[in-house]
Amino acid sequence: MKREKAYIIPPAERATPDLASGKYLVMWQGPQHPGITGNMSLKLVVEGDSVVDCETHVGYLHRGFEKLMESRLWMQNFPLVCRIAVPEPDFNEYCYAAALEELAGVEVPARSVWLRTMTLEMIRLASFLMWIGGQAGAFGHGTIAQWSVTMRDYVLDLFEELSGGRIYHMYIIPGGVRADVPKDFFKHLLDTLTIIEKNLDDIELVMFHNVVFKMRAEGLGYIPKEWVDTYGITGPNARATGIPRDLRKDLGYLAYPQLDFEPITCTKSDAFGRAELRLAEMYQSINLIRQMVDKMPSGAIREKLPNPLYWKIPAGETYVSAECTRGEYGFYVVSDGSDKPRRVVVRGPSYTHAVSVMERLVRGVNIADVAGLMVSLHTYPPEVER
Amino acid sequence: MNELATELTRRYGARDWRDQRKDLSSVVVDALRIRDVLAWLKDSGGYRHLSFASAVDNIERNAFTLVYTLRNHDLGHSLMVHCDIDRSNPTVDSIHLLWGQAWTYQREMKEWFGIDFPGSPRVDEEFVLEGWQGPPMMRRDFDSRKYSDETYAERPGRVTSDPATHMKSKMYPEAVP
Repeated sequence: MKREKAYIIPPAERATPDLASGKYLVMWQGPQHPGITGNMSLKLVVEGDSVVDCETHVGYLHRGFEKLMESRLWMQNFPLVCRIAVPEPDFNEYCYAAALEELAGVEVPARSVWLRTMTLEMIRLASFLMWIGGQAGAFGHGTIAQWSVTMRDYVLDLFEELSGGRIYHMYIIPGGVRADVPKDFFKHLLDTLTIIEKNLDDIELVMFHNVVFKMRAEGLGYIPKEWVDTYGITGPNARATGIPRDLRKDLGYLAYPQLDFEPITCTKSDAFGRAELRLAEMYQSINLIRQMVDKMPSGAIREKLPNPLYWKIPAGETYVSAECTRGEYGFYVVSDGSDKPRRVVVRGPSYTHAVSVMERLVRGVNIADVAGLMVSLHTYPPEVER
Repeated sequence: MNELATELTRRYGARDWRDQRKDLSSVVVDALRIRDVLAWLKDSGGYRHLSFASAVDNIERNAFTLVYTLRNHDLGHSLMVHCDIDRSNPTVDSIHLLWGQAWTYQREMKEWFGIDFPGSPRVDEEFVLEGWQGPPMMRRDFDSRKYSDETYAERPGRVTSDPATHMKSKMYPEAVP
């Protein structure tokens, strides 16, 4: 086998400022702060207006999901999993459902596979729309945030039409999907995509050609290519370094192998480059949804499952992952053959991006840009804490 | 993949190789060699991406099973490396020098399971359970209901109902005394 040089980081890279010198100030950003995504704290040591050191503090949203899942039936856990990542619950639903189906040996019908893929792309678009509002807002562009949140609401309207729920959909269930699409849904979907696409054109014009955004975002939070494997960076943060790594393509799960797309990359790898890349991925999601509407097969939407109150999953373990907006989202599920999970581990990309990478990147950054940096990594603390 | 299984067995005495899917396998190694195995997989095996690390409490055989899931992006293959450690003295080598995010997983396992990773940065600091006084909460013998009843007082005036009894009383009032 080919031997490659390991890239090992030194054990202690943190600055050790002398806090008694009077030269530094310790300040907390969060847990309730407009510049923090979710509830999370950054304990910053600043010198003047530059950050010297940072410690991340999580736990404000710990709800004990993984512990709770061990004492509930397999299907009783289903309403829990979607609540782990609020802006895009469907990835939790898919990973948990796919893990159960794999362990139980359940095959899902073709139409449900396509409907699952379509909902994952719809929520990807909604999550990116929420993100771009946060990214613009962090640099003082509140108008863009209002536009994008409106566009996100249009997508949530579609989810309400499809599943009855705006935020938590519980649409992708073990065995398939909960219901078929309502009458005229695809027409509403395509009309909404046209509106969003037009709005994205406006956002591109107003945000990405704005001198303030360019000056503040360019060069901010540069991630070297070597860090990707060293820190376990995935998703747009990794693709912005130029690595074409996308689980939709690499794993080829759901209907993605039958769709025409390529991973989008860039080489800027700073906050501006990551924003450009995510904007391009929003257009890509729109394109994928249109392809799916064209190719959507007909047929059954759900496989019949045993009585959920007495459903025992054969002993075994698996790890199912999917490409969410922030990178690799995965569920590691262990069954001991009983009617409850033995262990469920949720792997969210923010675990890496919001803690290790954030602590490393924030050193030397101006206090005013910390919020913009954090949003540019697209982090959700709930998936760290579970 | 068979080549890798053979190599891991020859070098580190790995056993119980199992293919879960064509892109996912698992293997068991001795806890004493876990760091060597992971370092070799990363440097020479092409498994450079650490997806996550966590633990499963196998209380019946007095062991914690650690799972490190690595991914080889060139081959499109993930490998779950397992090792068992003694539950009564849970200590294992730290891998914080191999991956920059590994210390976070180890800090979590210390807090949630009580597994120690000597030398791992900030491993003794609280992670998500600020001010936690109880035993490691993800252990199977930690009864969260019992701990809650013993630790926290009921809010005065609050009425709580067992869900099963409550539903019975609503649906079949004549059957509930």
